[in-house]
Amino acid sequence: MKDGRVIGRRAGLFLLQFVVPVALVAGFGLWSERADDFFFPPLSRIAADFADTWLFERVGTDLVPSLARMLAGYAISVVCGVALGVLFGMSRILRTATDPVIQFLRALPAPAMIPFAMLLFGTGDASKVFIVVLGTMWPILLNTLDGVRGVEEQQLDMARSFRVPATARLFHITLPAASPRIFAGMRTSLGIGIILMVVSEMVASRNGIGYFVLQSQRSFEISAMWGGVILLGLIGLALSWVFVRVENRVLRWHRGARGLLPEPATASGRTGLPRPTTQEVTRA
Amino acid sequence: MRQAVEDEGNALVVASDTAGPEAVAGPPGRRAGPRGAADLAIKLAGVLAVLVVLELCSRFGLLPRRWFPPVSEMYAELFRLAAQQPLWVEVGRTLRAWAVGIGLATLLAVPAGVALGSSAVAYRMSRIVIEFCRPIPSVALIPLAVLVYGTGLEMKVFLIAFATFWPLLFQTVYGVQDVDPVARDTARAYGLGAAARFWVITIPSAAPYIATGLRIASSIGLVLAVTSELVGGATGLGRAIVVAQSAGQITLMYALIITTGLLGWALNAVFAAVERKALRWHPAQRQEVAR
Repeated sequence: MKDGRVIGRRAGLFLLQFVVPVALVAGFGLWSERADDFFFPPLSRIAADFADTWLFERVGTDLVPSLARMLAGYAISVVCGVALGVLFGMSRILRTATDPVIQFLRALPAPAMIPFAMLLFGTGDASKVFIVVLGTMWPILLNTLDGVRGVEEQQLDMARSFRVPATARLFHITLPAASPRIFAGMRTSLGIGIILMVVSEMVASRNGIGYFVLQSQRSFEISAMWGGVILLGLIGLALSWVFVRVENRVLRWHRGARGLLPEPATASGRTGLPRPTTQEVTRA
Repeated sequence: MRQAVEDEGNALVVASDTAGPEAVAGPPGRRAGPRGAADLAIKLAGVLAVLVVLELCSRFGLLPRRWFPPVSEMYAELFRLAAQQPLWVEVGRTLRAWAVGIGLATLLAVPAGVALGSSAVAYRMSRIVIEFCRPIPSVALIPLAVLVYGTGLEMKVFLIAFATFWPLLFQTVYGVQDVDPVARDTARAYGLGAAARFWVITIPSAAPYIATGLRIASSIGLVLAVTSELVGGATGLGRAIVVAQSAGQITLMYALIITTGLLGWALNAVFAAVERKALRWHPAQRQEVAR
């Protein structure tokens, strides 16, 4: 009896999530059918245009090149950001010396470098990948750096006294302990990467979703433009969904270790630094 | 600057985790005196090294000089510009849109965040909408904004407000949800009313999160300001960069890019200082959710 009520309440809460989104979409659909607004065409027409364009006519010409450039830039950023972050995290002098330059490059809005990228790499794929790298590398680098600095000194000392070689220390202690921070940086960067993918395609480009959206606007094909905007939203949603799945899988050990802690974390448990786990020590 | 905060946080952890004598003797806190001076020297050396390498690269033709003039010329151009009014006019145009946009976003996001953070039902109901709207790259709306608002200040403000709304909202929600339950229960046990609890407990503990949100928003806002000028054609630094590039005034273009970077850096420094002030009284509670 009691179980039934709990399940009923859970289902109610679950369904509650969908009330507002469905209401919004339905409301917009009804309003746009009648409003006859130039900027907000009827939802049915946007949907029809979306199906026409993106199933699957322009997938090969616009969607795939966009995603390929974004993922290439993102991959370069992850590799370079983690490598440099580990390096700077372990060396105080390097960290201090590079700090002002990194802070400057991080603060520089990446789109401002588009003209520079065009001079250096032309208007092809390379300049767009470069812009993505320029924007997405810093969050990963800085988070890795903080994560590496937050590794428990005792663990490293213990590994040293057991004569664990340096590479093993790196791969079994430092990187796992820094991985929650690395993933936090990667998550931030993913959003930035999508933005820069679009921006880089809006300036001097021949294909890509950003190019398509801007072109549609310039030729006043408003429903096609909305289709592109919706597609970008769906891409953002899909990528962050995939990312959360991957993160949950990779960081399962970390969540588990955290789950052992009492729920209202004390002041010392809240620093955002990874807590050491016994698991790591045994693995090392 | 961020490192100082973090050192402080670590020191606190060390002091509370190990109550032994060595923790009292000297947690790695702020380094004063010679260490600070040495750090400054290392930083200056780092900057100088990068500048010298870039200068030599273009002097000896490793980088094509036509496209990448020596750094010294860029800085000479920058100083020449800084003495004149037009540069500051452009900076002012960019900054005005930035300030109005973030102000608007704050006015909307903080009350919404407080509402969503304190009501589980409201949060649940709006979760999908938020999760769908947040990853929409704000730049995708540039064409729409240009159509609806033209290429003026309004277009920039709309884009900046849209883009900075989300980090501010999320930080506020996290901050409100993350109130220490012990503090809340204590307040309740002492018979504080809901309104008093809100002002005395909820708002102070959410303040550092909101400060972090503002810092994140300030850099996103600048990106959007420059992008909307670059793509949408509104006046400001971004447009000046494109104009300089298409007119072939490469040195000017670099000087403007450097100005943009310095602007971003200065804004970040200001907000980081504000953030440090806001969380001084509980450094260990800070948890950076995003950049």
